[in-house]
This record gives sequence, C-alpha cells and structure tokens, in this order.
Amino acid sequence: MTQRAIRLWFLVHKWSSLVCTIFLLMLCITGLPLIFHDEIDLMTEEQPEFGMPGIGSSSNADGLLSLDQMMRSALANRPGEVPVFMAFDNDQPSMTVTTAPRPDSPGAEMTIQSFDRSTGEQIGVTADSDGGMMHFLLQLHTDMFLGLPGMLFLAAIGILFTAALISGVVLYAPFMRKLEFGTLRVSRSPRLKWLDYHNLLGIVALAWMLVVGLTGVINALSTPIEDIWQANELADMTSEYTGREALSPARYGSLDRAMAQARTVLPGNNPQFIAFPGGAFSSKHHYAVFFQGDTPLTERLLTPALIDAETGQFTDARPMPWYYQALSLSRPLHFGDYGGFPLKLLWATLTLFTIVLLGSGLYLWLVKKEPSSRAHLRQIEQLAVPAE
Amino acid sequence: MNKRHKRGLPLRVIFAWPAAIFVLGFVGLVSALTGDGWRDGLSWLALAAPVAALAWAMRSHGR
Repeated sequence: MTQRAIRLWFLVHKWSSLVCTIFLLMLCITGLPLIFHDEIDLMTEEQPEFGMPGIGSSSNADGLLSLDQMMRSALANRPGEVPVFMAFDNDQPSMTVTTAPRPDSPGAEMTIQSFDRSTGEQIGVTADSDGGMMHFLLQLHTDMFLGLPGMLFLAAIGILFTAALISGVVLYAPFMRKLEFGTLRVSRSPRLKWLDYHNLLGIVALAWMLVVGLTGVINALSTPIEDIWQANELADMTSEYTGREALSPARYGSLDRAMAQARTVLPGNNPQFIAFPGGAFSSKHHYAVFFQGDTPLTERLLTPALIDAETGQFTDARPMPWYYQALSLSRPLHFGDYGGFPLKLLWATLTLFTIVLLGSGLYLWLVKKEPSSRAHLRQIEQLAVPAE
Repeated sequence: MNKRHKRGLPLRVIFAWPAAIFVLGFVGLVSALTGDGWRDGLSWLALAAPVAALAWAMRSHGR
C-alpha cells in the first residue's frame, strides 16, 4: 500500500469514527442492560401462574379458550377500541391482544393486554406510554425518542460504524507489519499501549461488531421495510380487493373460523400473530395470520395466510420476501437472545470490548495533540525561570 | 508509516490469526441460530475466541 493510500484510509477511519463514536457509546451503554432484559423482567415482575402451564397459546390444544372469546374480553376492557394484533406464545398459554382507537393508530396509542388463554384471566396491561427503566433504555437505543427520523439517523450511524471497521482492518496491516499478532506494548508509553489494545480488540471482535452493526442498520430500517412489503407483495396478494372500501370492525367475522382456515393451508406450523385489517401488517379487508416455519432456523421466517375478515375465506399465502426475512433474522443476530445465557454473557463481553475500542480510539485522537502542548509547556517554563 | 521497513511481515502472516478468529465468529453467530443443544455449545466456544485471544495476548505478549 502506498503512503498516500494509507493516509486516505486513515482519513476515512478518523472521520467515520469521530462522527459515530459518541452515538455508538450511547448504543453500547444502553444495549448492555437490554441484552439481559428477559432476566431483569423475570426478577422485577411477578410471574403469572398459568391454568395449563407448558401448553402454548399458539396451539389448538383442548382446554384453551376460543380466540373469539379472548377477543371479546379484551374489547370489553377497552370500550370503543378496535383490535390491531393478537399474538401467541409457543411455550405458555399466555397471549396478547393489542387494541387502539383506530385500525391505523400509531404505536403510542396502542394498549397491549396479556391473557392466560387457558383461564381467560387478564395477566397484565401495558400502554406504550408506560414508563419503566427498560422501556426508557429501549426507546433511547431505538430512536432516541425521535421516532422514524431517529431510527434513520441511527441507521446512518451504523453505516459509518461499518466504514470505520473496514478502514480499521485496512490500516491494521501497516500497523502490524513489524509486530506479531497479539503484541501489547504496555510499558513503553500510554499511547503505544492503547494503540495496541485498539488494534487487537478491533481485529478480534471484528466479525461480531460487523454483524451487530449491520443487523442494527437493518432493524433501524424496519419501518420502510414493512412499508415496501405492504405496498408491493401484500398489495399483489390482495389485488382483487383493490378499490373496495375498508371493512368496518363491526363486520369482522369469527377469528376461530379464520384460524382454522389458515391452519388447513399451512398445517403443522405455529401461528405467531394475527394482524387485523387496516394496520401495517395487513390489507384493509383481511386477517393476516403470520405462521412461523417448522424448524429452529425457519421458525423466525414468517409466512402470512390472508383470510377475508368478513367471510372467513382464504385469499392467499406467500412467504415474506427476502428483504423482510433479512429483517426477521436481524433481530436475534442483533439482540443475542438466541443461544441461552452464555451467549448473552459473550454478547455483553463483546459490547465491553467495543466500549474499550471506542474509548481507546477517542484517546488516540486526543493525545496526538499532547507533544505539542508539552513543548508549549516547556517553553513557558523556560520563559518563566529567568523571571524569578 | 513504516517506510523504513518496507519488507515487514507478509499479509498472510499478519492476517492469519485475525482471519481464523473472524471465521470462528461467523460460525458462532450462525450456529446457535440453526438450533439448540450442541449448536448453542459450538456458538459459545466459537464466540469465546476473541475473549481467549485477548486473555492470551495479555498474558504472553504484555511487555
């Protein structure tokens, strides 16, 4: 590599890093507790006792109450509201019903009620405006309380982070030309020590940082990704309904009949959630029943079955397009919640590596000014001595 | 940067360990996604490589 090329890559590394460092530090610090949000919730929240423990609400096991009955209880608690989502659990009979004033109400106006589908009892209620430390951290981490513009901004930060990582790898070669892998010159000068730590941490955590960074970018783009799916694939699946007036909630038909119809189309798969007409995940006339795949890997890849919400007739079912599947896989790969507690510990450790990487990078940029200021100090001292 | 030492280590030596750890990282990230049990175990071992590399460097190369 020529001297000129190195200097150019160095400029890319310096500026991409400088712009994103402060935001990445925020993301790392808020992300650390979020890795353990399940464990923290378990400790801080009371756990419900289920009527039929171990029976998933996504199954159609005997003894589980009907979906229509669950919906009636949910709506009775929220008079005047309409259903937006109904979501299921594969491990416990718990399920949630999301309602809002209108089918297309923004998330902030939605209310999520949890139920035990084996007893019909309400387990909890959350409104999006509810406080709580974890909720605060999640909002800060996702969009800095700025909504879509905040998410898009953080996506751009993630792209800069990727540029910083790639330019860092390019610069690793000239820096390590005379050094063995893993060299840490800890006793020569603080600058050399932190330079070596910066290079080592950056290169060993590279794969993880690239994946968490890029999946973070994809997650931050979730709103446009969902919009594109709704405007293209979904519109295509429901083309025969184009131009029809939106179906009024008063005419919604039986959920159980729709679910039974959907299960005959995709037998053996578990439904993850039902999206109601008029929301971001359905047309204006359909119950969209989103099914999971039937293997551990494809469990995260969804296939919606569209059922006419009024007549209960099947319209179409197609797997989500590749860009939506990329979003589905980006969630676990960003959160680190897919491989048990040891994986979460490694996620936290690698987050700490990233924090030290960012801190040392910032330090290396700051102390470059040190020699000149030291020389300046020496000058002042020399001038000061004769005056005594 | 090291203009005086134009002939340093070749790239394949510089990037031998980093490349191995990079590949292990990907194996670790993907394997737990494909199932539970031993796939989780493989993921833990593979993703522990960066931590092991740092521990090893601090022990043997700190000078």
